[in-house]
Amino acid sequence: MQALVVAAHGSHLNPDASDPTYAHADTVRETGAFDEVREAFWKEEPHFREVIRTLEADEVFVVPLFISEGYFTEQVIPRELRLEDWDPERWNSDGTDASQATLEATDVGKTIHYCGPVGTHDAMTDVIVQRAETAMADPDVGEGVGLAVVGHGTERNENSAKAIEYHTERIRQRDRFDEAEALFMDEEPEVDDVTDYFESEDIVVVPLFIADGYHTQEDIPEDMGLTEDYRLGWDVPAEVDGHRIWYTGAVGTEDLMADVLLERAADAGADIGDAREAVRELAASVAGTEPSAGAGAGD
Amino acid sequence: MTVATEDCERLADRASSGVAFDGLRVEETDGEFTLETPDNEWTGLDEDDLEDALAACEEYVTNWRYWQETVGGEGTARRAFLRWCEHAPIADADLGAAPSGPRNDLGEAADPNPLAVPERYDALRDGIDRRWGQLCITTRFVDVANPDGERVYDLWHVDDAESDLADLAVHDDPRDARELATYDADGRYRPLKTAPTLPGGWAFTGLSGDELVETVEFFYPATVANWHRELRGNLDVDHWLETAERQTGIYDVIDELPREAVDWMADACCVDSQCLRRREWQYEEGDDLDTDGGDGPFPCREPCSLVVAAARKWAILESEDEHTYELELTTSELNQLEELIDAVAEGRVDEIREADVNDGANRYRARYLRAKRFDEDGELEATRVDD
Ligand code: SF4
Repeated sequence: MQALVVAAHGSHLNPDASDPTYAHADTVRETGAFDEVREAFWKEEPHFREVIRTLEADEVFVVPLFISEGYFTEQVIPRELRLEDWDPERWNSDGTDASQATLEATDVGKTIHYCGPVGTHDAMTDVIVQRAETAMADPDVGEGVGLAVVGHGTERNENSAKAIEYHTERIRQRDRFDEAEALFMDEEPEVDDVTDYFESEDIVVVPLFIADGYHTQEDIPEDMGLTEDYRLGWDVPAEVDGHRIWYTGAVGTEDLMADVLLERAADAGADIGDAREAVRELAASVAGTEPSAGAGAGD
Repeated sequence: MTVATEDCERLADRASSGVAFDGLRVEETDGEFTLETPDNEWTGLDEDDLEDALAACEEYVTNWRYWQETVGGEGTARRAFLRWCEHAPIADADLGAAPSGPRNDLGEAADPNPLAVPERYDALRDGIDRRWGQLCITTRFVDVANPDGERVYDLWHVDDAESDLADLAVHDDPRDARELATYDADGRYRPLKTAPTLPGGWAFTGLSGDELVETVEFFYPATVANWHRELRGNLDVDHWLETAERQTGIYDVIDELPREAVDWMADACCVDSQCLRRREWQYEEGDDLDTDGGDGPFPCREPCSLVVAAARKWAILESEDEHTYELELTTSELNQLEELIDAVAEGRVDEIREADVNDGANRYRARYLRAKRFDEDGELEATRVDD
């Protein structure tokens, strides 16, 4: 038997913080790839501390639903899961290369495959692109369009910027968008000046955050000048300094995130059969980018 | 109804290694079967005789099938919980070892006197009710007229026990429990799943055993696992100091919370009126808190994230020095302050009637006090006198 644990932050104050966690865990549940799928949180229940003991499986794959390597993925989660012998060195990462480490959870006697966060997996690049497609309702979006990937920036964690830059560079290399830039809330280059960094008239802005909340629904839209006051809402696209800004909200709510969870677990040795294909199809149909034969009007 | 042939075949197959379950024993030596129930014994049976004899103790056979074939999971919390649901003996329960001992009625852990198969079968026709926090669980036969041993489970809020099913929103997907557990009756977010504020108005019906456990776990995460550990005498309790000392980042400060403040904290957060978990953690091993841990059926093995977050606030507040202030109040106004604090602490504010000016926490009374005693900055006019 194998189990998947999706480890997320959650919130004591905001019930929506855990929505993406539940949604992606449910998608994985429906693929049937794991005997058990469980959500676990730092601020909600089941807490990281208790989750492993609720599983019957002996092989457990833990995937942090976090954007970057750092305090939560390297200290809090392994400590709270009681992973004996954990050491960040086990990931042998420069900030974006964490793959997995196999450890014992001493309180329950189970084998834990502790995976790197979803945010730094290569498959995340596809999610960002898909987010742009969803935002512009155009599966071929790219030509004549600039893409801005937005992150928090330094604060406590230098790796947070690394994850943003990593995906931006990968997208740039694909030559899919005319321009691709990494922008930040708390460091240069700043998202406030988004239009300074692009020549393209259309700019699609994808915030690399797990859940929608204060930053993605209040700060960033106001900082970019999409709206004076977030409570008034904003248009998509919105006109700013002669550019059209297509703002998408947190990338973590994109359906394709479930695919990243699966890839992380598969990289760590989970047997997931053809679950990835199922999730990709589902995400594509939700995004409306799959021209499905026979789907007529009203379907 | 007779015992299904396949059940007989399965039992016959397993007889060589011996079957012993809930009073049913089947053994085979050199092609001869022995069958035993608490009331009867048959010896020297061949396979055909065995089938006839099994038909005479059908309840034991279908009971065996349900637990060994349908439920399975020997030694798991899931199985133990389902056994608890119908007052069946729980194989690995260590009645003497549970830290708080076996509990009964509202806080029942294991039954000191579990029901034997025939009594359980009688009770399952009507349905057996058990209470788990604010959940009421009914175990019953799928087919009451012709019970074949298969059970299903219904689940609703204890306050809805007398309600007509037609008046409740009926669910069958365990995941719906997540939504039902998110907000209280006033639409406020419930960050603590075991707060006694679960709203009613819903029912889950016809759940399988697996689905029941899954649903219960969505309402009250990890409670089944920790209850089961307690039952087996291996609940691992992390006391306050261990938990506090483990914290890093902004929570690093919580181990500075004074000893007596931890008592106040447990009194504020962990009593039955605030949380249905029974607090088993203490200040540290051998140093118990004064506040009682409560009567919940499922244990709390260490301070939860809500308590840790609140402790951070209190650790910061408790680091302040005390001062002496002088302020003018009538005796009734002093009493009113006490009533206000008490009303907020008890969550009584919404119940105070608009015109009930006898209650010190009445809104008009509070507004009057504010108008009279606050200065233009909106602060109580008090002077520090220990400078
Ligand atoms: S720490 Fe207190 S409030 Fe938190 S779950 Fe345990 S008993 Fe309840």
